[in-house]
Amino acid sequence: MRILAFIVVCLTGAFLLYGTSEFPDWGDPNAPASLHVAGYYIEKTYEETAVIFTAGIGCFLLLRDFRGKKEHYYHHIPTGVILHIKDEKKSLTVGKEFGYMDKEWVPPDLINKNICRILIPFIQINALYVLAHGDYSPGGGFQGGVIFGSSLILLSISYDLKTLVKRVKERLLGIFAALGVLIYAGTGALCLIIGGNFLDYGKLAPLLPGHSDHIRAYGMLVVEIGVGIAVMAVMTIIYINIVSEGRHDEGL
Amino acid sequence: MHWPIDIIVLTFVIFCAIAALSVQDLLGTAILFGAYSFLMCLLWTIMGAVDVAFTEASVGAGVSTVFFVAAIFRTSRRTKD
Repeated sequence: MRILAFIVVCLTGAFLLYGTSEFPDWGDPNAPASLHVAGYYIEKTYEETAVIFTAGIGCFLLLRDFRGKKEHYYHHIPTGVILHIKDEKKSLTVGKEFGYMDKEWVPPDLINKNICRILIPFIQINALYVLAHGDYSPGGGFQGGVIFGSSLILLSISYDLKTLVKRVKERLLGIFAALGVLIYAGTGALCLIIGGNFLDYGKLAPLLPGHSDHIRAYGMLVVEIGVGIAVMAVMTIIYINIVSEGRHDEGL
Repeated sequence: MHWPIDIIVLTFVIFCAIAALSVQDLLGTAILFGAYSFLMCLLWTIMGAVDVAFTEASVGAGVSTVFFVAAIFRTSRRTKD
């Protein structure tokens, strides 16, 4: 059966390769890709923001688990003794004496931890650079947001999930995801109210001082910032929910 | 001599894809997918689609590999077939 499947796959590949010989030249302006697909992506690509937001909400609704864990682990910092508390109502205050301990998690490596601590600010500045220069060079809101989100994920991997959850609250991430979509959709709707098309930034010119081309560039930048904020928050939400099975307490 | 670098990268892409399908360890598969995405990113750059390459590098090689590893961390590392 496997050999049969392999033969079928090889035949299909051969047919596809045979078919490519009739394709138009690469970069041909009259090719269907340049005539139809490119225009579609220029006009409709901002729907990806709605897709991303829906992905974050869906991941939250499917995975989030508000029941607390039944067992808690702590370690006593001066002696290194590990305490296992089975009563779910009791808990120890975490401070200088007791620290959190996870069942599946191992303490972070010194080298990993320090290298990530040095790298994370640079990754975040790179993300902001990509976001700010997205309107006239490769990059943009989506890529900048993904890089910023992965810097937060790197924080969680190099330390532990509790460090990330303590610094970036779940509520804050939810607000950021909604705020990004609001900035993006609000800019588009403002253009619509003034009398242009959706995201027709040139129509904003009477509201603001400056040349209309500058206003167009600023409108693009504002939309990119909105997309970036939404993507950053959603990537972090998805990661936290997957890695902690929705409990937001312990994980990678 | 002019090296056909796109052919070389494409060969590596196909090797990565076949290896990712045949490896039994799912963590290895996730890492091979990361390598696959990075090589695809190189391929997009060779073709001149820098914006697509940028997205592939950040989403494909970066975040989705981490999502795969996180999912494997919470499920099982061995595949049944």
